[in-house]
Amino acid sequence: MAPGQERVGRGRRNRPKEPHRLFWAALAAPGIIWLALLFVVPFYAILAIAGGQVDLFGVPVAAWNPLHWSSANYSAAWHDVTGASSFVGPIILRTLVYVALASLISLLIAYPAAYFVARFAGRRKALFLILLIAPFWISYMMRMLAWIDLLQTNGYVNKALSLLHLIGQPVNWLGGLGFTVVLGLVYGYIPYLILVLYAGLDRIDPAMIEAGRDLGLGRVRTFVHVTLPLSRQAILTGMLITVLPMLGDYFTNQLLSGTSGTTMFGNVINDQLSSSGGVLQGEGAVFSMLFLLVLIAPMIYYVLATSRSSRGAT
Amino acid sequence: MTTATAKTPAGAGQAQARTSLGRLRPRRNPWRHPWFLEGFTWLYLVWSLVPVALAVLFSFNNGRSQSVWQGFSWRWYFADPVNSVLHDPNLHAAVVQTIRLSVYVTLITVPLGVAFALGINRWRGKTASSANFLMILSFVIPELIFGVAMFFVFTKLFKPIGLGTLAEVLALVTWNVSWPALIVQARLVTIGREYEEAAADLGAAPWQVAYRVLWPLLRPAIFASAVLVFSGVIDDFVLVDLLSSNSGNTPMSVYIYSQQRGGNGGPALNALGTIMLVMTFIIAIIGYIGYRFMTRGERGGRLEALTTIAGGEG
Repeated sequence: MAPGQERVGRGRRNRPKEPHRLFWAALAAPGIIWLALLFVVPFYAILAIAGGQVDLFGVPVAAWNPLHWSSANYSAAWHDVTGASSFVGPIILRTLVYVALASLISLLIAYPAAYFVARFAGRRKALFLILLIAPFWISYMMRMLAWIDLLQTNGYVNKALSLLHLIGQPVNWLGGLGFTVVLGLVYGYIPYLILVLYAGLDRIDPAMIEAGRDLGLGRVRTFVHVTLPLSRQAILTGMLITVLPMLGDYFTNQLLSGTSGTTMFGNVINDQLSSSGGVLQGEGAVFSMLFLLVLIAPMIYYVLATSRSSRGAT
Repeated sequence: MTTATAKTPAGAGQAQARTSLGRLRPRRNPWRHPWFLEGFTWLYLVWSLVPVALAVLFSFNNGRSQSVWQGFSWRWYFADPVNSVLHDPNLHAAVVQTIRLSVYVTLITVPLGVAFALGINRWRGKTASSANFLMILSFVIPELIFGVAMFFVFTKLFKPIGLGTLAEVLALVTWNVSWPALIVQARLVTIGREYEEAAADLGAAPWQVAYRVLWPLLRPAIFASAVLVFSGVIDDFVLVDLLSSNSGNTPMSVYIYSQQRGGNGGPALNALGTIMLVMTFIIAIIGYIGYRFMTRGERGGRLEALTTIAGGEG
């Protein structure tokens, strides 16, 4: 790259635009090629597997040519959702309920905390911010492990509850309770939400809030009429950033319950992927495609919002 | 206050004016400290941090229990000749694999992402903006779907790669390349183009501009993204879970998950989680101090440094 660039660079004075473009394009090229090979092609691979068939041993064979795509995997997946032996329908419903509950609870917890730190922490802001960010640096598995320790039958949660006479028998929290899984999801994903909310709330010009106060609004009405509308964008991105990974989560429920009563959509795909001999991988590919199709609209919304702000001023 | 206005009934218009004025006047001091919110925030912090602190504590437990304290010991780290992290070959391998992945991925991702961001930001045009779109899409796509795509591409298309360390590195680089790309682009927006144009007017070629003007200005952003990528790889779970094939290429997060799920939990896993935690905290502290050092003399200060190191700009 270097020698060629040098020659182009010397000719700069005569042709001011073109050589520059070439230089910047050359800088971007490795990244573009990387993304093409390892981001675009892999998604084509999902399509090829989904449209492929199985060989004599039941192993899925990819159909790289779109003209050879078959609907075998699609109809198999369709039967999983609707047919007599369907099992995916209830799982999708459960996933939606869990994720809706978990994201709502996350928002109700994260917003007040982020609001307090952004608005009222004053000189202790750095301390609060460090404490808010700390879970972001703690591995998800470690945080789940922490709750597994606490929720064991002889763990501290049961001990505390029986000390307060709230329960007579120790509760088997890890025995397949949906409640535990939802709580695990909240605990797992809330740091990401809180950070987005904090950044959004912190960006609000204090003058706007003071103006609301000066015009006679009380604290609650200032919040409702000024702060809340101004933080709508942060709420939306924050929810997106937590809901998307929650929908694909397959490990939280495995760790905190591990029973089929709390299976989520991510487990379906993960199980089909690791099915023995890979016989169900075709269906896994179909479900991944469907998952992607459902989420494409919110994802593109996010991309457009981000690229607008990241290119912003220039 | 309100009773006083009610006591003196006058003309209808006057009364109306008074009530609306009374309605607008805040009943309590609007600048008072929000003790309820502060209490709520502290509760949240206790809930989010104390469980992890207990899990760290139990990694020093002198017994197998993860919920009953049996005294302090180092046995799960190095004292136990069989089951400690130092002596159990699988635990040992998991630590090594995590460190190896973090180093490899950071070394590839950061230059790739920075060059991509610079090129895309200056190049302009259709190719550049669609490549940028793809990059942001890789930031928001659910990790499970991306993992499935990677799984298929390495097992069905790029078969020589297969599953294992190489697949893990390639997938993690693609997954993380958006960090440096987004952070550097955000930084480019705040820098503006004046310095570059001044340098170009003085006769600098584009690579001289990149090296002498942009590189020093971008150094803090590049450093921050390296910190984020490194710690992100330590904490990553889904991709490495799908792409690891044996104990030689299983990093800590996957090892914790599979052991805990298989009913082989124990303080050794807490020890592993604690090692992960210490690693990311050290990286975070280095990142914070380094970022502060590099941006000394700029506006923003420690709060800005904290949010940047936690990825608040992406």
